[in-house]
Amino acid sequence: MSDEIGHFALVLALCIAALQSVVPLVGAAQNDATLMAWARPAALAQFLFVGIAFFVLMHAYAVSDFSLANVAANSSTMKPLLYKLTGVWSNHEGSMLLWVFILALFGAAVAAFSHNLPPQLRARVLAVQAMIGVGFLLFILLTSNPFQRLFPVPAEGAGLNPILEDRGLAFHPPCLYLGYVGFSISFCFAIAALIEGRVDPAWARWVRPWTLAAWCALTTGIAMGSWWSYYTLGWGGWWFWDPVENASFMPWLVGTALLHSAVVVEKRDALKTWTILLAIITFSLSLVGTFLVRSGVLTSVHAFASDPMRGVFILLLLSCYTGGALILFAWRAPQLSGGGLFAPISREGALLLNNLLLATAAATVFIGTLYPLLLDVVAHQKVSVGPPFYTMTFVPIMVPLLVAMAVGPLLPWKRGDLVAAFGRLKFAFVATAAAALATLIASGARSIGAACGLALAAWILAGTLSELAERVHLFTEKLGSVGRRALRLPRATWGMIFAHAGMAVVIAGITGSSAWTEEKIVSGRPGQSFEIAGYTVALDKVNEVSGPDYTATRADMRLMRDGREVAAMHPEKRFYPVEDGAATGVAIHTNLFSDVYAVIGDKDGQGGYLLRLYYNPLVPWIWLGAAAMALGGLVSLTDRRHRVGAPARRTQAAVAARVQAAE
Amino acid sequence: MNKRGWIFLVPAAVFGLLAVGFFVGLGIDPSVLPSPLINQPAPDFALPPLEGDRGFSSADLKGHVSLVNAFASWCAPCRAEHPVLNALAQTKRVAIYGIDYKDQPDAARAWIAELGNPYTRIGADEGRVGIDWGVYGVPETFIVDSQGRIRYKHVGPLTEADIGQTILPLVARLEK
Repeated sequence: MSDEIGHFALVLALCIAALQSVVPLVGAAQNDATLMAWARPAALAQFLFVGIAFFVLMHAYAVSDFSLANVAANSSTMKPLLYKLTGVWSNHEGSMLLWVFILALFGAAVAAFSHNLPPQLRARVLAVQAMIGVGFLLFILLTSNPFQRLFPVPAEGAGLNPILEDRGLAFHPPCLYLGYVGFSISFCFAIAALIEGRVDPAWARWVRPWTLAAWCALTTGIAMGSWWSYYTLGWGGWWFWDPVENASFMPWLVGTALLHSAVVVEKRDALKTWTILLAIITFSLSLVGTFLVRSGVLTSVHAFASDPMRGVFILLLLSCYTGGALILFAWRAPQLSGGGLFAPISREGALLLNNLLLATAAATVFIGTLYPLLLDVVAHQKVSVGPPFYTMTFVPIMVPLLVAMAVGPLLPWKRGDLVAAFGRLKFAFVATAAAALATLIASGARSIGAACGLALAAWILAGTLSELAERVHLFTEKLGSVGRRALRLPRATWGMIFAHAGMAVVIAGITGSSAWTEEKIVSGRPGQSFEIAGYTVALDKVNEVSGPDYTATRADMRLMRDGREVAAMHPEKRFYPVEDGAATGVAIHTNLFSDVYAVIGDKDGQGGYLLRLYYNPLVPWIWLGAAAMALGGLVSLTDRRHRVGAPARRTQAAVAARVQAAE
Repeated sequence: MNKRGWIFLVPAAVFGLLAVGFFVGLGIDPSVLPSPLINQPAPDFALPPLEGDRGFSSADLKGHVSLVNAFASWCAPCRAEHPVLNALAQTKRVAIYGIDYKDQPDAARAWIAELGNPYTRIGADEGRVGIDWGVYGVPETFIVDSQGRIRYKHVGPLTEADIGQTILPLVARLEK
C-alpha cells in the first residue's frame, strides 16, 4: 500500500511542477503579484511530494519489500542496512528519483531563501526550474518507474553489484548529483535573466552562492568517486578518463569557469553574455552526462543500467532544455548591454584567460569523450580514445592555466602591470626554483617531468600565499595587526586562497603518483616477506573469513620499516554468493604523504597467493587538495555579502521604468 | 539584432548538430561492426611474445578454429571482459590468442598475472599488426576458421551472452 503512496506522490509532484512552470511565468510577464506568488508554495509542495516518494522507496528498501521490481532486482535481505539504503540509488530508477529529489530540494531552497530576490526574477527562476522537474518526473513515470510492482513476489532479491557495496556509494552519487543538479539553479537564473533581458552585478551576486554550492558538491563528488575507484577497484589507479568520469569532469571545468566569470560580472559588470552562456553550458553538460550514462551510447565500465529507449527520452529532454536555452540565448543575448571595458593585462583579463583555457580544456575532454560516437555516426568507424590522448591535449592546456593562476589574483581590476605583479612574486619564483632543484637532486635528472610538476605546485602555492601575505601586511606590520587584518579579510578571499592552495596540493599529488609509483607483483606464501620502497611487507597468514553477506580470503600482513612494525594490513578478496560476484578489499596504509597499498589475488596453484603491492607517493594529497578546494568553496559561501545587505539593483527608478515599459 | 548577431547563433547551431549526432548514435549498437576483412584470409604477421619465448604468428592459426582477442592493460572494458575469456578458456572449446595492442609490456604482464591468462599465446603489438587486422579500438575479438580466414568480428567487451549465443555456436559450425 505504501508503495502506491509513493507512486501517487510522484504524480502529484508532476501536476504541481506543471502548474509551477506556467503560472508564475505568466504572472511575471503580466506583472501580476498574485500569479507570481504561486511559485514559492508550489516549489515547496513539489519538494514535499517528491520527498514522500523518495522516502517511500527508501522504506521499501529498508524492509526488503520485494513486491517492488526495483527492490527485488537490487537488494537482498542479507545486506547490512546501510547497503540496503544506498541500494536505492545503485540503479537507474532509484538514481533518477534521487536526481529529481535533489532538483526539488534546490527548488525549495531557492523558494525558502529568496526573500531578497525581486519577485519577477524569483517567479521566473522557479518556473524554469519546474520545467526541468516536469521533464524528469515524466521521464521517471513513463520509462523508469521505481514503483513498478512484481508478481509473484520473490522470497529473496537478486542483490547489489558487489563493487557498489561500499560506504563510498552512500556519499559519492548524492554528492555528484548535488553538483550536477545544483547547476540547474545557475541555469534557471541565466534563463530568467535572458527572459528579463537584464544581467547586472546584483544578478551575479544572487546566482553566485548557488553556483558555489553546486561547485563544492561536484568537487567533493568527483574526488570521492576517484578515491572510491582507487580503493575498491584494486589496481592503484585513481582516474581513468572513462566516459562517465569525463561526464562529471566537464561540468566541473565549465562550472569552475562560470564561478570565475561571474566574479567579473559582479565586480565590473562585464563578460555578461559569456557568463550566461557558461551557465547554460554547465548545466547542459550535466544533462549530457546523464544522457551518456543512462542511454548506453558509449560503452563504459559505469554503464550498469542502460537502455536505448530511455536514451531517446533523455535526448528529447536535453534538446528541449539546452536547445531551447541556446535559441533563447541567440535571440536575447545580443540585446544585453555591454559592460565595463578593461585592458588585456588586468584582473578581468586574467579571469578571461582562465575562462578560455578552462573552456578549451572542457572542449578537449568533450571531444575525447564523444569523438568515438560522432565518428561512428559520420563515418561508421569505430575508435577508442585512451589516456594518451588526454595526456597530449589536456595537460598542455592546463599548464598555462596553472601558471597564470598564481599571477591573476595579484593583478588589479581594469588595468594591471605584469612586471609589478611578477615583482610581487619574487618569493614564488624562489620557491618554484627550489622545488624543481630539490626534486632533481633527490631523484635524478630523469625525473624532469616530476620536477616540472612539483615546481608548478610550488609556484601556485607560493603565489597564493604571497597574495595572502600581502593582503595581511605580513612582513610590514606587527603580528597583532596582521591577525586583525587576516580576520577582516572577506571570507570570499579566504575561500579563493584555500581553493587555489588546494589545487597546488592536488597537482603535487598527481605528479607524485605519476612519477614515483612503485608496483610489485609477487606470488607469496605465508611466512614470506617482500620489500617495496623501503618497507617490508610480511605475509603471516591467509584465512578464510565470512562477512555479513560474503566470504573472503583474508591475508594477515605486517607492514614494517627499519625492523619496526608500522601497521597491520588485511587485504581481502571477497566472494558474494547471492550475486555470484567478487570484489577486492584493498588494504591501504597511509601516512598522508604516501600510501602502501596491498591486494590479494587468486591462488597461484603452488600453495601461495598472487599479491600486488604498490607504493603510491603523494597520492593522498590528491584528495586532501580536493577537500581543501571544496572547503574553500564552503568558506566563500559564508561570505557576508551573501548573508547581509541584500544586493539591490542599481536604482529603484530604473526598475519602475522597466515595470512601466513592461505594462 | 546587430551586425554581429549571427555569432550568438553559433552555440545553438553546434548543439543542433550534436543532437542530431546523438540521435543517430542512439540507433547504432556500439558492438556491431561490419568488417571488410570478413571471409578474407587473416593478415600475415609475426609478433614477439609478451612473455616467455613463444611469439604469435599467422602460422599458429592454421589447422583449427581460433579466437583472436585484441586487448590492452590500459583499457577498462578489457578488464570487464577478462573473466568471460577466462571462463571460455576453462571450457577448452576454442584456442584463444591474444594481441596485446599498443601496450607497455610490463603493464600487460602485470595485468595478466593479476587477472589470469586465458590465452594460448600472446603477441605484443606496437600497433602495426592491429591495423592489418582492422582493429579500431580494444577490445575486439575475431573468430578465425581452420583455413586461417577471419569469419567473425566482435567489437567491445564480450559478454557471457555473446559467448553462448554467438561465439560457441559459430565455433561449432566452423568445426564441422
